[in-house]
Parts: sequence; structure tokens; C-alpha cells
Amino acid sequence: MTRFLSGDLPRSRVLATLLIVICIGLVAAPFVFPGARSLNVAAKVAVFVLLVASYDLLLGYTGIVSFAHTMFFGIGGYGIAIAAAKLGPAWGNLALGFIASLALTLAIALVIGLLSLRVRTIFFAMITLAVASFFQILASQLSDFTGGEDGINFRLPALLQDRLACYYLVLAASAALFLCLLRIVNSPFGRVLQSIRENEFRAEALGYRTVIYRTAANCLSALFATVAGALYALWLRYTGPDTTLSFAIMIDLLLMVVIGGMGTLYGAVIGATVFVIAQNYLQDLMKIASDATSGMALLPNLLHPDRWLLWLGVLFVVCVYWFPTGIVGKLRARRAR
Amino acid sequence: MLDLKGVNTHISQYHILQGVDFAVPENRLTMLLGRNGAGKTTCLRTIMGLWRASAGTIRFDGRDIHKLDTPDIARLGIAYVPENMGIFAGLTVRENLLLAARGGAPDEKRLERIFTLFPAMKKFLDGAAGNLSGGQKQMLAISRAIVEPRRLLLVDEPTKGLAPAIIAAMIEAFRELKKETTLLVVEQNFSFARSLGDSVAVMDSGRIVHAGAMRDLVADETLQQRLLGLSLEAHQ
Amino acid sequence: MNRDWLPLVLILVLAAAALPLVPSSSTWLTLTVAGLAMGMMIFMMASGLTLVFGLMDVMNFAHGAFISVGAYAAASVLIALKGGMQAPSLAENLMAMAPALAAAVAVAGVLGWIFERVVIRPVYGDHLKQILVTMGGLIVVEQLIHVVWGPDLIPLPKPATISGSVLIGDAAIERYRILAVIVGLTVFAAMWLLLGRTRLGLLIRAGVENTEMVESLGYRVRRLFVGVFVAGSALAGLGGVMWAMYQESVTAGMGMQMMVVIFIVIIIGGLGSIGGCFVGALLVGLMANYIGYLAPKLALGSNILLMVLILLWRPRGLYPASKA
Repeated sequence: MTRFLSGDLPRSRVLATLLIVICIGLVAAPFVFPGARSLNVAAKVAVFVLLVASYDLLLGYTGIVSFAHTMFFGIGGYGIAIAAAKLGPAWGNLALGFIASLALTLAIALVIGLLSLRVRTIFFAMITLAVASFFQILASQLSDFTGGEDGINFRLPALLQDRLACYYLVLAASAALFLCLLRIVNSPFGRVLQSIRENEFRAEALGYRTVIYRTAANCLSALFATVAGALYALWLRYTGPDTTLSFAIMIDLLLMVVIGGMGTLYGAVIGATVFVIAQNYLQDLMKIASDATSGMALLPNLLHPDRWLLWLGVLFVVCVYWFPTGIVGKLRARRAR
Repeated sequence: MLDLKGVNTHISQYHILQGVDFAVPENRLTMLLGRNGAGKTTCLRTIMGLWRASAGTIRFDGRDIHKLDTPDIARLGIAYVPENMGIFAGLTVRENLLLAARGGAPDEKRLERIFTLFPAMKKFLDGAAGNLSGGQKQMLAISRAIVEPRRLLLVDEPTKGLAPAIIAAMIEAFRELKKETTLLVVEQNFSFARSLGDSVAVMDSGRIVHAGAMRDLVADETLQQRLLGLSLEAHQ
Repeated sequence: MNRDWLPLVLILVLAAAALPLVPSSSTWLTLTVAGLAMGMMIFMMASGLTLVFGLMDVMNFAHGAFISVGAYAAASVLIALKGGMQAPSLAENLMAMAPALAAAVAVAGVLGWIFERVVIRPVYGDHLKQILVTMGGLIVVEQLIHVVWGPDLIPLPKPATISGSVLIGDAAIERYRILAVIVGLTVFAAMWLLLGRTRLGLLIRAGVENTEMVESLGYRVRRLFVGVFVAGSALAGLGGVMWAMYQESVTAGMGMQMMVVIFIVIIIGGLGSIGGCFVGALLVGLMANYIGYLAPKLALGSNILLMVLILLWRPRGLYPASKA
């Protein structure tokens, strides 16, 4: 088991239990939680675990804040969608679209990395914001190619048309790539990334060309995000600016990675699960609470289901200040006591 | 006037000052010498409160200052001229001087004094400080430090990178300053040091390894060789 | 302050370059005034952010929140004073607008004060946490706006005498745009005078360059921080209400929407420079309007292209002020 997890054990019984429950839940979802909605939630969790984990590699392990992550997510989605829509729903075409999207991601990530990683954290964050925004504009303007604001609907090859088969493909791919990420962060490369995050000056003094490592982290993280995008497109049979490129998703990512726990990778699993479930089911709870308190000043507004983001935002801020290692960190700390 | 006892300073995980003990006598010019990396700049910055001492005490005029914030230390009458001079390149020479005069407009007599010591200041009074030459920037930095009376001047490598002619002007200026204030000057240039210093302290690896009168050090070549790794003739 | 006129010349060059491309000079005039007006409003929204960054080394990603809150505060006042805005006399309109603008400035300023104490102070020096925390703050404030003011868009019509256009020769120039230019120039002039002629301004300019040295000269710069932050937030509020009236609507997300443009402007201008922010904002405003007319598909991306071009020329922006 230890080798399977690349030596990075949960290190907390509660956490291990949670992870196992989530895994079983995801695997057995079609049978335990029947219905299209719950399967949708499960698939979204699977995809976002991978996406958030790839973001954790960048933010949690290397200490880089980038707002371009949803752009790479989108590139993956559009690669599949455009190939399937323009060329036809055959495996060969999907593969073509997939490889093209990976290549594009790599190119852009390299350029961003080499050009901007020489600058300070803040400048880099602002530039990724500008680049992502530019890409968003491009996607909505080149509507002949990308379907503009409406996105692209497409059909899948026969094998994937069975929802169950599609779901398990997405789940298996996501799990495999997650384990891959686990391997990466626990390798010597991953350790160098962490030392760069701790003290770049020192790492540079010890002889590591930090620009190269950070560019590599940027590229790897982007590539994994692209794969996540492709998987999501396969599941939804649709790609559009609102499911992949919107800034709201970028914010969701930040929430998930911080609340789950930065720099832990397992935090991605917890964070994604908590968030996606909250997004779908918490709102129902809030509606009940909001109706129950109607008539009292402001309270029904605060508890209104559309305001679930408010509470997650507060939780996010609280985590940044007091629990930077998020839920996972808290659980691990408990165990240590 | 200034007393350091057992001062330790850590910068992230580096232990730079490892127990510094020395005293700066009033109305004298004390030279702080030592190799690169010995901790001289750290010493000045710790006195000024820019870096906090992790242990030890610093007393100025009988007051403990090692826990104070930099602005409060400055208000006790201590001026700091850092190694990179710290002049505001985007401001004019006049504005630099104005800023340094906390009490309002600088006293006319003092300005005249500064202009006599450093004529370039008058000439470039309304020009951007960033356009000054290296030597002129250094002059401005020192002018700023004396635009109001100060009890103690901390100066970090005033002659670094300056042409010999300018260094000569600097020596004259410091001779004048010695008459009215106490100075603690970090230097690498031994000939500059010996012509001005009354007392001397030598640092190595974060500690003071010698302290005493300048003239004793000047007279003892073996001691110079041991402490500074050079002889008087060899260095400038 | 800087006597480097080249970037200012850029504005004239851009305007002049557009002239032959546009079919008639009256259209050119309309577009230019539109561009200048937009630029002025963006300047008001962005100036606080660049100064805060230059002086305090804090990038407040929640800056958009002050823009939105200012606009909402003003909207509330204007709804209460509805009559004054619709009246056909300029004096009455202005009498209704003045308290609205004051409300925008005051509420945004107070929010800024709270923000600096509660959100920013614990994370001075840690850029990563700053970005995260201020982003979180932005989300929370935007949601709180929904809580207090409801989820719907609030319409905010321009005052009766300052809507519509006035004819200058053949060109139709919107009255509101002229007002925006006047307000923007006034704000800029006030900032210029404050920064260039007062001791406080001297402190700020020196602090942007080298905070440590200013402290070594005996000034308690930390106290200055709060003041500058509050002023920056208040200005954002003013920009917000001007912009909202221009759009004739107030939405909770308007601040966040402007953030990308604001970032582009302050990067172009050089972080920490008010003059740079002014020039950058005007360039962006003009560019958006010219390109919007000549090649609408390129309009949204034109800002980013402008930024890239300027960074290729001056990698740290037009007037890099901060030592950062």
C-alpha cells in the first residue's frame, strides 16, 4: 500500500477513513446512488479531484499563484470537443484533439513559465490573469471554431455512449493520474519544488536553477489540468466557456485547494468532494434554513441558497489565516497530539 | 555613548552576529573594519532597528534601544547612511534634504555649511537625485544625515567605488563632522580609516576581535596583518 | 516628479494615428472624448491600487470590492433622492449627485479602513497569502452586497441634464463623458499637487521608492499606510459610481469585472506611479474606443496587446516608481 501511494500515507486515521469512504463512494456510485444527478456529481468530483490536485502541485508544493489554470482546463475540453464536432466522434479523432490540446498547453505553459517566472509572485499572478482573460475572449470571439458563448455539443464514439462505461473511464483515468501526481511530489523533483517554495534564495544558492524547476512545475500542472479538461468534456459531451474557462471556476479551485489543504494532494480529494457536494446539496439545506428564518432581518438573505459561496468564502479566508494546511492539515495535527 | 553587549542577530536561519560587544565613545570617530561578510553592515542595521537583535542589549545614552522601532531610534538623534546610500532617485536634491529635515525647513546656516562642504549640492539643488554621479550621491547621503543636528551618525562604506579625488573631499567633510557629532563608520579602505579614525573595532565572523585606539593599530603592522590580512603599504 | 514626457507623447501619437483611419474628423472627436472619459474613470478606479502597491508592497486583489460598494452606496442615496436627479435643472442634479458621490467615497473609505486592519495587516510581507486572502475577501464582499442589496441589477440613470449629447460642429459628444473628463482631471490634478507640493506627498513618493530609508529618517511610515489605503479605496468608490452611472446600472460583479483592465493599466503605467497610471488609463481608454470602432472583434483583446507592446519597450512599465 505504501508503495502504491508513493510513500505518502494519509497519516491520520480519520483522513484515511474519509479517503476510503470517498473512494468506495465514487466506485460504487452508480449502484449506491442511482440517478443521473448523483452520477453527475460523482463524475464532477472525480474530474475536480484531478484538477485540484494539479493545482495543488503548483500552489501548494511550489508556492506559485496562477490564475491561468482554468485556461488549461478549457484547452483540454475544447480539444476533445472541437475534434469530435468537426472531425467526427471516432477514437482516432479524439486522440488527435487530445494530443493537440496537450501540445498547445505545453507551449503556452512554457512561454508563460519562462517569460514570467523571473518576476515576482504578484506580477506573475496578474499576468496569468490577463492571459486567461485573453484566452476567454478568444474562445468567445472565434465562435465558428469554438462555438462562442454557447459552447460545443458533440457525440461520443459508441463505446463511450454507455454512461456507465464513460463514468468508469473518467474515474479510472482520474485515479491513475492522481497517483501519478503523488509519485511526482514525493520524488526528488517534488522535494526540490518544496524547498523552492520554502526559501527560493537558499535553493538557488544550493545550486538549483529555480527557473527551470518552476517552469517544469508550471508545465506539469498545466498538462494534468488539460487531461482533466478532456475527461470532463467526455463526460458532459459538451464544452463551453462557463464549464471550463470562467473565472468562477478559478475561484472554486482556489476554495477547494485551500479548504482541502494546500501542499498535501489529499487535500484535493477532500476539498473537491466537500465543494462539489456542497454546491449540489448544501443549497437545498440552505433553502430550508432560509425559509425557516424568513421575516427576520438579513438572516434569510444570509442563508439564501444562492449565498452558499459567501460561507465558503468566509471558510476560505479563515483557512488561509489559521489553517493553511486545511482540513487535511487539521486532521493530521490531531493525530500528532 | 553607544554600547553593544552580547548582540546576536539571526537572518532567516543564518546566525550573522554572534555576540558583539563594543562601545562607541562620544565625540569621536570610530571605525568598524573587517573583511566582507564579517557582519559590519548587519551590525549597523541592527543598531538602527532594521533588523532585530535576537539576543543582547544595545544602549544609547543610557537607554535601551534594541527593542525600539526604526523611526523611534532615528528620532533619538541617530542618522543612518546605508551602503547603497538610500537616496531617493525620483526626488530632487532639495526634496531629499527637505525630507531629512524633520523639524520643517532646514536651518539656513546648516545648509550653507553643507554647500561649503559639498558645492555640488548647491549646483544640482533642483535636479533629480537619480541623475547625480556616484560621488555626488554619496555627498547627498551624508548631507542628508547632517541637515539637522544629530547625536550619532552610522555610515556604511562611504568611499566604496569613489574616485580618489572625491575620497579626499570626503575626508575633509568627515574631519569637519567629527567636531560636532559622534560617528561610527564601516570601512574597507584602511588608508581612509586610519586618517580619520580615533577608535577602531575589527569584526570577524560576527564578533569583535579587536578594539582600541586607531593610532595603536596604525603603529602595529603585525597586528594589522593578522587582523586585516594586509599590511599598510599593500593596501592603497 | 518625473520629467520624462515620452509616454505622454504616446497619447498624442495614438490619437493622431487614429485620425486618418477614421472616416470623419467628427467621429474621431467623439471617439477621442469617449476614450478620454473611459480612461479617466479607469484612472480613478486604478490609482488607489497602484499607490497602495508601490508604498505598502501589498497587492489588494479585493480592490474591485471597493468599486462595487461605492457604486451601491451611491445608488442607495440616489434612489432616496430620486427627484433631484430627474429635475431639469443642472443645479438640482448636482445637488442630488454630490451626496451620492460623497456616500460612495465615504462608504468605500470605511470599508477600506476595516479591510486594512482586519484582512491585510496580518499578511504584510507574505505575497502569496495576500493574493489568496484578498481574493477571498472579494468573494465575501461581493456576496455580502447581494445580502444587503439583493441579487438584482439596480438601474442607475444619469442625471437629467447630464445625459444626451451636445453638438460640437458635426460631432455628437455625450455630456456625461465631458463630466467624467472634468472629474477625472480634477482628481488627477489634486493628486499631482498633493504628491508634488506637500510634505505628505513627499513622504509618499519617497516611501514608494524606499520605505526603509524613510523610516530611518524618523518617519512612522506604517501610520501612513492606513491613510493611503483608505484614500485608495475611497477613490475606487468614486470611480465605481462614475462608471456605474455611465453604464446606467449597478451590479455586484462590476468591480471584479474591472479588475483585469485595472491590472493591465497599472502594469502599463508602472507599479507605484500615479502619473503612469494616468497615462496608462488614457491609452487603454482611447485604444478600446478606437479599436472598438475600427475592428470590433479585436476590441476586447486590444488592451492586452497594448500591454505586451509597452512591456516590450519598457519592461517595468512607463514610469516604474517602486523599487520592487
